[in-house]
Amino acid sequence: MDIKTLARTAANGRLLALEAVHTAASGHPGGSLSAMDILTVLYFNTMKVDPANPKDPDRDRFVLSKGHCTPALYSVLALKGFFPVEDIKLFRSIHAHYSGHPDMNNVPGVDMSTGSLGQGVSAAVGMALAGKLDKKDYRVYTDLGDGEIEEGQTWEAVMAAAKYHLDNLCAIVDVNGLQIDGNTSDVMPSEPLDAKYEAFGWNVIHVDGHDYAALIAAFEQAAACKGKPTMLLARTVKGKGISYMENNAGWHGKAPSDEQYEQGKKELEAVLAGLEVE
Amino acid sequence: MAEKIATRAAYGETLVALADQYPQLVVLDADLSGSTMTKDFAKAHPERFYNMGIAEANMVGVAAGLAACGKKPFANSFAMFAAGRAFEQVRNSVAYPGLNVTVVGSHGGLSVGEDGATHQCCEDIAIMRAIPGMTVVNPCDGNEMRAAVKALLDHDGPAYLRMCRLAVESVTDELPGYQFELGKGVTIREGSDVTVAATGLMVQAAVKAAEALAAEGISVRVLDFHTIKPLDGALLEKAARETGAIVTAEEHSVIGGLGGAVAEYVSEHCPVPVVRHGVQDQFGRSGKAQEVLDAYGLNAAGVVEAVRKALALKK
Repeated sequence: MDIKTLARTAANGRLLALEAVHTAASGHPGGSLSAMDILTVLYFNTMKVDPANPKDPDRDRFVLSKGHCTPALYSVLALKGFFPVEDIKLFRSIHAHYSGHPDMNNVPGVDMSTGSLGQGVSAAVGMALAGKLDKKDYRVYTDLGDGEIEEGQTWEAVMAAAKYHLDNLCAIVDVNGLQIDGNTSDVMPSEPLDAKYEAFGWNVIHVDGHDYAALIAAFEQAAACKGKPTMLLARTVKGKGISYMENNAGWHGKAPSDEQYEQGKKELEAVLAGLEVE
Repeated sequence: MAEKIATRAAYGETLVALADQYPQLVVLDADLSGSTMTKDFAKAHPERFYNMGIAEANMVGVAAGLAACGKKPFANSFAMFAAGRAFEQVRNSVAYPGLNVTVVGSHGGLSVGEDGATHQCCEDIAIMRAIPGMTVVNPCDGNEMRAAVKALLDHDGPAYLRMCRLAVESVTDELPGYQFELGKGVTIREGSDVTVAATGLMVQAAVKAAEALAAEGISVRVLDFHTIKPLDGALLEKAARETGAIVTAEEHSVIGGLGGAVAEYVSEHCPVPVVRHGVQDQFGRSGKAQEVLDAYGLNAAGVVEAVRKALALKK
């Protein structure tokens, strides 16, 4: 998919994510917006998935380890055609199954139920091990938050992935620098991340998490790297695309008011209009 | 002559014996394969064995991922760490998505012995039973364990299998007509005055207690509840109606395990006195396994005492 179409898809995804959180009057917009470009590139460029056959045993897998970012995942899955785009209005609703955190049994296209931080990456390691055991060539992707990696379990998983040389696994840390209580550097400093993951035996790639061409190239480099798993350290902006949310930890898990929703919508629609004109 | 073997030993040999028949079976361990007895499977099928190191949380999550790709993982550690340390991974990564993982907790209960309280898990059945959709199994002897492993391999869904360190004499291998079915209790001995519903190595203690009480003219029915969840309510209800009093016996806290399950069921369906015999809201301690069990009354004498309490309540 060309860069402009990816940009348009991501902008549409941001509109849907904003609508989801606004309609539900709850959810996590900040991290969803920071992850949107990464997920868009994965589902519309990099991953082999078929919305008509969501359980295809040979498909690539994606595990949203930072499971609260369902507004991003559900929006991308809907745009990809796994379920109707109108369903985004049912996010977190008692009248449907679009739960606050990913549910693999009820939401088509979701490969793993996640939500409790630190657990998704272990499941991704298991999926990559199964792929090796079955000699299949599918790849496994997982997106973690830079707050999430404070969970010790993620480091257990990182050791295991290196031990088993899981070059079919690509993890992404969405490094937006913020978590609920503020800056990750204040709550629990984790840098230098590149040196840490390299020391744990991973291939580490730095990438701008909002640069489509760079993300495409990084996923290609990850696939080309043999003998070890790859970690993408994706620099991102929490709340990316909506001015009042950007770089503001307060928007981690809060829904916009009607007025804020309209403003955000206007900003995203302007981005879309710009992409049409060019 | 009844066989004497630890349930964990029977487990280890059964994994190896059934490996070819169940190609989807994979085994994970957390640096305890010599104790959980998965070491022979590891040797026979190294490509299907994953030693995840001392990292139970990740082990359970990895098992979930393997199951999501069609594998049938058995994830092993001591009960304390498989059910305790990794509780939340079992709940959220395995049970909530309904994945086909059997979490295996060896060294359950006080019969761990010398290692003491930190390693003597007497809460695993309670916490695993509280998780929606979990099947919870605690075989009493080697024969029953072999059948349980086969049944769990055929079972679709999350399960917890408890096993113990100590070698125990078999009570089921010479039982006429013995058949193992998940969710179905076994009548080990008929009786009409009182029922002892037991699980794990307390089934043997219950049989000895029944023999002792028979000499006094007290007729004790002994039921083996190898499956604590789903509980065999029909067998329990029949026993409640026919014997009028129930004693539960388990190497586990009296809170939330078999005793809890039986008390809940009986009070709602067929109220009769229930006396829960087990670990009385205490931590364990170091000692030789049998010494520790005796110190906490987890023996035939303890069951006899509990039966007398139940008979007194019945009157």
